[in-house]
This record gives sequence, structure tokens and C-alpha cells, in this order.
Amino acid sequence: MWKTILRRVLAMIPQLFVLSLLIFIMAKFMPGDPFTGLITPETDANRLEEMREAAGFYDPWHVQYYNWIVNAAQGDFGKSYTYKVPVSDLIGDRAKNTLWLSLLSVILLYSFAIPLGVLAGRYQDTFLDKSIVLYTFVTYAIPTFVLGLLLLFFFGYQLNWFPTSGTVDIKHDEGTLGYFWNKIYHMILPAITYAILGTTGVVQYLRSEIIDAKSMDYVRTARSKGIPVRKVYSRHIFRNSLLPIAAFFGFTITGLLTGSIFIESIFGYPGMGQLFIQSISSRDYSVITALVMLFGFLTLLGSLLSDIIMSIVDPRIRIE
Amino acid sequence: MTKTLEFKKTGNLIDEVNSSPPTGFQVLVREFKKDKLAMFSLFALVLGILGIYIAAMFIDQEALMKVSLRDKFGEPGEKFFLGADQGGRSIIGQLIIGARNSITIALSVTIITGVIGVAVGLITGYFGGWIDNIFMRIIDFFITIPTLMIIIVFVTIIPKYTIASFVLIMSAFLWVGTARLVRSKSLTESRRDYVNASKTLGTRDATIIFKEIMPNLSSILIVELTLSFAGNVGLETGLSYLGFGLPQSVPSLGTLVSYANNPLILEDKWWVWLPASLLILVLMLAINYVGQAIRRSADARQRQG
Repeated sequence: MWKTILRRVLAMIPQLFVLSLLIFIMAKFMPGDPFTGLITPETDANRLEEMREAAGFYDPWHVQYYNWIVNAAQGDFGKSYTYKVPVSDLIGDRAKNTLWLSLLSVILLYSFAIPLGVLAGRYQDTFLDKSIVLYTFVTYAIPTFVLGLLLLFFFGYQLNWFPTSGTVDIKHDEGTLGYFWNKIYHMILPAITYAILGTTGVVQYLRSEIIDAKSMDYVRTARSKGIPVRKVYSRHIFRNSLLPIAAFFGFTITGLLTGSIFIESIFGYPGMGQLFIQSISSRDYSVITALVMLFGFLTLLGSLLSDIIMSIVDPRIRIE
Repeated sequence: MTKTLEFKKTGNLIDEVNSSPPTGFQVLVREFKKDKLAMFSLFALVLGILGIYIAAMFIDQEALMKVSLRDKFGEPGEKFFLGADQGGRSIIGQLIIGARNSITIALSVTIITGVIGVAVGLITGYFGGWIDNIFMRIIDFFITIPTLMIIIVFVTIIPKYTIASFVLIMSAFLWVGTARLVRSKSLTESRRDYVNASKTLGTRDATIIFKEIMPNLSSILIVELTLSFAGNVGLETGLSYLGFGLPQSVPSLGTLVSYANNPLILEDKWWVWLPASLLILVLMLAINYVGQAIRRSADARQRQG
């Protein structure tokens, strides 16, 4: 077990290396240079050249790459040109927001998906099951930004139930309970959007798991011993079907990351996804490269996590 | 080699393990007859796409995109069937042209990624060994990269940015999923007796791959292509929505939706963004319904008819 995990972790290193190389090359192709943003009519051209020289702009590419990657490995991605603060501080700030939003989304996701999946599987082919299957169908087809906008339009603007952007109202002081609840309140709509989109896979998987489990010997044994249906579901089927769901956690992370770009733009939520779009518009390259690297790393981590959980839960899928 | 869980959002795991024997056209027809919704989707899709292409031929794009401030945010009514945007440009016209552009782009990307993905998948699955190993490493790498972000970065660094370059950028990153699926199918297919028999008869590898194995995977390929077409519609409109898709002057469904980023438009001028959003949703639903029906006819255990 530990061996396979170690091997997977080691396999991540070349993948991250190639990713970093790709990002570095892309960054080199980006128009302008780090100092373009500093140019004002008063800027002295010679002074700018000196700054470029000092920043290593004219070094051979492998030297630049080496410097960049060594610094990056230590968490130093340079300075943001728009915000004039270290990139790591900037991302750290935004990451906190994204993390909170993800946490709430995941909680909502599983509290929607598990009951739906269990009900659909248990009452297979009934009206309830068919409605749930239809629900998964629609949520599979609907693109993130369309769902997000529709929810924002109806619940934010038409019904005025939820705030339409931001993280917290100014009137609350940090650290108070009101601040905390206000923050959650701002997160609910984007989190529901995430959760709805994420339920599809979990519901479908759980449903087919439970339908399969119904005809298993252990369930028939339990039934023939006279255990009530309710208990068979809660004790036997549910527990066995739930374990593989854990494995989807990794995919959920990847989904959250991709979705964050859309959802944070729609709901004006200052997280990493929104930061990425803003940095692209303002050509803040050091932030862009750091974010792509970070998202790549997290994607890798997500798939690693899924594989590990899968191999613990299901020995048949254990890595050879 | 790692054996990761192949998870498709629509299907369950069982699909992945079970390779099904080829099925005829009749099964497909039977499946569609049984599923009224899929049948309806298919007709709506065919008629809708034909209608959009024909209507688009009668629309002069330059005249359509001409700004006329007097008609700014014209409400739906006599002059504009579906109102006008902030430039006074007809929404219904932009919807038609936009839908045509989105469908054309999604189709092009699907065809390009389909050809690459199927070829790579079949060849690596058939030959196995070091060819397979190399491609698997490449595929592994593609899976780890944050595709959406990299596409956005590419779009912003390409100097001369056209529809063609947009299609190529998308295709460059999207063939991987198809390749992976086809590889796993052709891996099992290549070990079957008829392939071995054909090999001993001295049939050329290319003939075995494309004339013997590929037809046997055709039903899976159709499913994969249909679903990836739906995915590509979603991705194109999504990128255009974020402002990294089609150039601004070209109408797109995503661009129409992106006007909703302005809270004033989102709240009061629903006719600007809502029709495009709903059209995307209906389009995606219809394609997916058709895809599901084909999937069922490709997999004997799921058949209804």
C-alpha cells in the first residue's frame, strides 16, 4: 500500500516538471514583459532597461527557468504587477475564500446527493426514481455558467433572497458571529450551484451501486434472517455503497477548481478562479503562472487521492 | 501501469468494463422508437440545426453587427422580435448566427479530436508495448494539466487570433479523452480470436486496425463523439462567455450570455441573455438525449427495446 502511494507521488514529479516547463514557455510567449505595467509617460527608458537587466530579463532561458523554478519550489512566485504584493500572499488570501466556498459546496453536494442516490436506488423504476434520473440528466447537460446565471437571476435579483456578489457586507466586524453568518450567506448561492452540478455523478453512481447491492447474497441473507428493510438499507447496503463514493472526492476537487473560474466570475466572489480571470485581463503574468501551476498540482493531488481511496476501498482496482 | 477508475459523468462504471458486441442499425432504430424523448430530441436537433444554418444564410452579418444607438436595449416587440442589445443589434439575428458559429466550431473540434483520438487510441491499444507506454505517458500528462486555464492562456498569447486558431487550440487539448477511451476498448478487442486469426493469415496491421477492429467499436465511437460534441458546445460557449472564445466581432451564444455580467442587463434586460442561455441548455439536453439513446443501443444490457 505505502509502496504504491510512494510510487504515485514520485510519478507526480516528472509530470509537474513538464507542466512547469510548459507554463514557463507560455509565459515567455506572452506579449509585453513584467515592466509593461509600470510604464507611464514619465518613465525613463534607460531606467526601465536597467530594471529589466536586474530582473534577469536578458538571461539565457535555462537560467531564467532555473531561477523561476527554484524560487517557485520555495513558494516564491515573484510579485504581482497589479497589486504590488508577493504573489504567494495574494493567492493565499484568495485561496482562503475559495477553500471556504469549496467546503460549503462539498457539504451541500453530499447532503443533496446521498439521499437522492439512495432513494433512486431503493425505489428503482418508480416515479421518484425517474424524477431523480431526469434531474441528474438536466444537471449533466447544463453548463456551469448557464446554471449559475439562472440561479443568480431568480434567487438573487428576482426574489432577492441572496446577495448578488462579494463575500461579506461592510457593516459586520471581522471575528463576530454576524460576520461569520454573513459570510456563509454570501456563499450559499455559489455553493448551491457547485453542489447541483456535482451531484450528477454521485447520484448516478450511488443509484447503480444500490441496485446492484439489492441482489447480493449478503443482503438476501440479512433479509431472510428477518431484519427489517429499513435496517438492511441503513446497516448493510448503505454502508457498502457509500465507501466508493469517497473515491469521487478527488474528482470533486478537480470539478471545483474548473468550476471556480466560472462561478467566482458570475457571483463576483473573490477567490482563485476570479483572480485568474482578472490576472489574464491585466496581464499579470507572475500570478497567472503561479495559479496554473497550483491548479495543476491540485488536479494531480485530486487524482492521486481518488486512486488511493479506491485501492483501499476496492482491492480489485489496486494498482498493479 | 496504473489502472485508474474511468469515470464518465453520465455512465456508470459497469459500462466501462463491459465491452459489447457490435450492434446493427436496427437496434438503434428500435431504441429510438422506444424512447420518445430521444426521438423527439433527434428530430428537434436535426430540424433546429438545419433551420439555423438556412436562416443564417439570409442574414447579413455586417448589417446585423452594425451599432445603432437609437435602438439601444430595444424591447422585444415589433421592430425586434427578441429585442436588441446595448448596441441596438437584433438579438434574434445574433442568436441565429451565434448558434451557427457555436455548432460549427463544436463540430469542427469534435471531428478533429475524433480523428486524432480514434487513431491514437486504436494504434496504441492494438500494438501495446512501448508505443502504448509513450502515449500513455503523454495522456497522463494531459490529464494532469488544468485544461481550461491553459486554453485561456493560449488564447491570450496567440497574436493573430481567428476562429481557425481557436478551433485548433481547443482541439490540441481535447483529443485525450477520446484517445483514452478508444485505447481501453481496442486493448481488449485486439486480444480477441478473430484478430489473432487475421494476424496468422498475414493481414496487414493497418487493415486489421481500421477494417476489422474499428467497425467493431463503431457504436462506442458514435456515443463518444456525440457526447464530446455536447461537451464542445459547452466549452466553446463557456470560453466565449468568459471572453476568451470567439473574437468580439463574431456573434456567439456565449457572448450573448456574457452580457449578463452587467448586473443591470442581468436584472432588467432579460431578453439579451436569457434566450441564448436557454438555447444552450436545450441544445445540450437534446444532444445528450440522443447520445444516451445511442449508448443504450450500443450496450445490450441497457436496452429498452
